[in-house]
Amino acid sequence: MVKKVMLMDKSSRHAQTKLAELSSLDKRLINLLQRGFPISERPFLDIAEQLGSNEDIVIERLNHLMATKVLTRFGPMFDAVCLGGAFTLAALAVPEEKFAEVTMQVNSFDQVAHNYRRTHHYNMWFVVGAESEVEVNQVISDIEKKTALPVLNTPKLEEFYVQLYLPA
Amino acid sequence: MSNYISQHNEQLSDLERQFVLLTQSGLPIVAKPYQQIAAQLSITETEVLAMAADLKERGIIRRIAAVPNHYKLGYRFNGMTVWDVKDEDVSEFGQAVGRLPFVSHCYLRPRHLPKWNYNLFAMVHGKTEAEVQQYRTQIKDLLINVLQVRNDDSDHGVKFKTNDMLTSTEILKKTGLRLKR
Repeated sequence: MVKKVMLMDKSSRHAQTKLAELSSLDKRLINLLQRGFPISERPFLDIAEQLGSNEDIVIERLNHLMATKVLTRFGPMFDAVCLGGAFTLAALAVPEEKFAEVTMQVNSFDQVAHNYRRTHHYNMWFVVGAESEVEVNQVISDIEKKTALPVLNTPKLEEFYVQLYLPA
Repeated sequence: MSNYISQHNEQLSDLERQFVLLTQSGLPIVAKPYQQIAAQLSITETEVLAMAADLKERGIIRRIAAVPNHYKLGYRFNGMTVWDVKDEDVSEFGQAVGRLPFVSHCYLRPRHLPKWNYNLFAMVHGKTEAEVQQYRTQIKDLLINVLQVRNDDSDHGVKFKTNDMLTSTEILKKTGLRLKR
């Protein structure tokens, strides 16, 4: 029964996001820019040449794709840990009747950057990002006190691969 | 329980720090984006190009790129696949899973027995549920000989599986991670 409700949540949520209408150039631009962007004086000229287009059109299409939120970010992806932060991925097994309340409690921490409901006994997964390891541990401990639930703490020990590529 | 938080400080110069603050929300979409940054930092375009290349070389910039909205491109389904891989095999096989073209993130994380026995996490995205299931099957085929089979822990009432897949059904919060001024 619980599972059925969650699937309905999912479809109603996804129905809110319309599929973007994209030209062939838009798709090729999205795919190329997911792979990388040059460090050069006229980077959009380099991109335009690879796409057989011109610089002005590429700039106009990229502005359009950002304005219509087909792309959510464009620019340097910094290694957050290199910038001097500390992070962890953590989870809670939240009783369904307390889910809304615990969501508010967890989200109330500024250090909680992302939080997702997932299909599992551990049904809430969130990323804690802070200035130091001490602060991360403090937030985890505060979340345990506030929610009266034990946190499953799963910081990364080794990274094998990170690069999102979704071909348009 | 929180002994393994990732932390690693890379020294940034004041100028590099200013570059991060200026560009972490995005690059200007104009013909000469690096020149615009240079003007804001009161340095030359050549210096900005050299600094960006150096930050990339040092791994502080992972890459300069665009990030799409999954749903706008039709990627409505995702799976966080989790695996109980034998400790002696997890580095080699974690890299192999990371090389699969449809895996976007792949990490080693700590187990917490008996309540959580999975140590390898691999994220996949697809346009249909069947596609995501197919990816999970492909990862399983790759890991089949290195999965840890455990006896049930009757003291704690736990039945262990070798793998699972957690699908996100709702975004409860999503904010960017930002360097503060």
